[in-house]
Amino acid sequence: MHDPLHQFEVHRLFSFSLGGVDLSFTNSALYMVLGVLLAAVFLLGGVRRAQTIPGRWQGGVEMIYDYLSTVLEGTTGFKGRPYFPFIMTLFLFVLMGNLLGMVPYSFTFTSQIIVTFGLAMMAFGLCTLIGFWKHGFHYFSLFVPQGAPIYMLPLIVPIEILSYLSRPVSLAIRLFANMMAGHTMLKVFAGFTVTLGIYGLAPLCVNTILTAFEILVALLQAYVFTILTCIYLRDALYLH
Amino acid sequence: MDVEAARMVGAGLAVFALAGVGLGIGLIFSALINAVGRNPAAKEQLFPIGILGFALTEAVALFALLIAFLILFK
Repeated sequence: MHDPLHQFEVHRLFSFSLGGVDLSFTNSALYMVLGVLLAAVFLLGGVRRAQTIPGRWQGGVEMIYDYLSTVLEGTTGFKGRPYFPFIMTLFLFVLMGNLLGMVPYSFTFTSQIIVTFGLAMMAFGLCTLIGFWKHGFHYFSLFVPQGAPIYMLPLIVPIEILSYLSRPVSLAIRLFANMMAGHTMLKVFAGFTVTLGIYGLAPLCVNTILTAFEILVALLQAYVFTILTCIYLRDALYLH
Repeated sequence: MDVEAARMVGAGLAVFALAGVGLGIGLIFSALINAVGRNPAAKEQLFPIGILGFALTEAVALFALLIAFLILFK
């Protein structure tokens, strides 16, 4: 019987090395490509022959667009509009990663810490760069909360800096741990189902409910990643 | 002490943090239900904030669970 963590192993599908750097196509990469293709087919197929009164497919695409647009505009207001393609891509990539992992025998690429760390660093790096680009060195005023008495600043500023630097870490670990813990739990209960024989009905029921919960968590975590990126973007654009 | 036994004890201790998280999530939803009870029209406004708060608190739970799994399986 495999241990519950075996499902997170990354296998090479096509070994390929370029100048000493291992660039093989792994199962993780395969599911990323699959996720992007599915999202692309869904979005582009829906707006083919777009009509004023949308049919079901176009309606679905419009619902997602409208929802993300509302989230972005609610958080960042007018200045955040240029970043909408980034936010939508981020949301759909994380969503596809999480949902594809719910298919049995598949691989959840968002359960790899390096993938989520890459996404979180990209979001954090983007927000920091935008902050410095728009405000120059005045961006450091982000670490001085409004209305703080001046004698408390030596205490508050290091804490604020630490909390700012922990943003990509918390973003990455939130998504990674949610996915890994969920799938590990599913695997553990599945193991119980097999070893208990006829009494395996109880872990099976638990597994069913857990699968439903995991689908909810997949959607929720994609939403939370996106809305936190929007909030960091707002901090960068408006400096509270 | 045996390494395996120490692993089990460590993992068990690590999940103590989930008590605080359970309290925290309960507080968030209690505030949400209270608010919606006083002002049912604010439901669409408050629900996303509630979900965001829930996910942020859940993240702390998963930090603890992550440590527990790392201790147990590494």
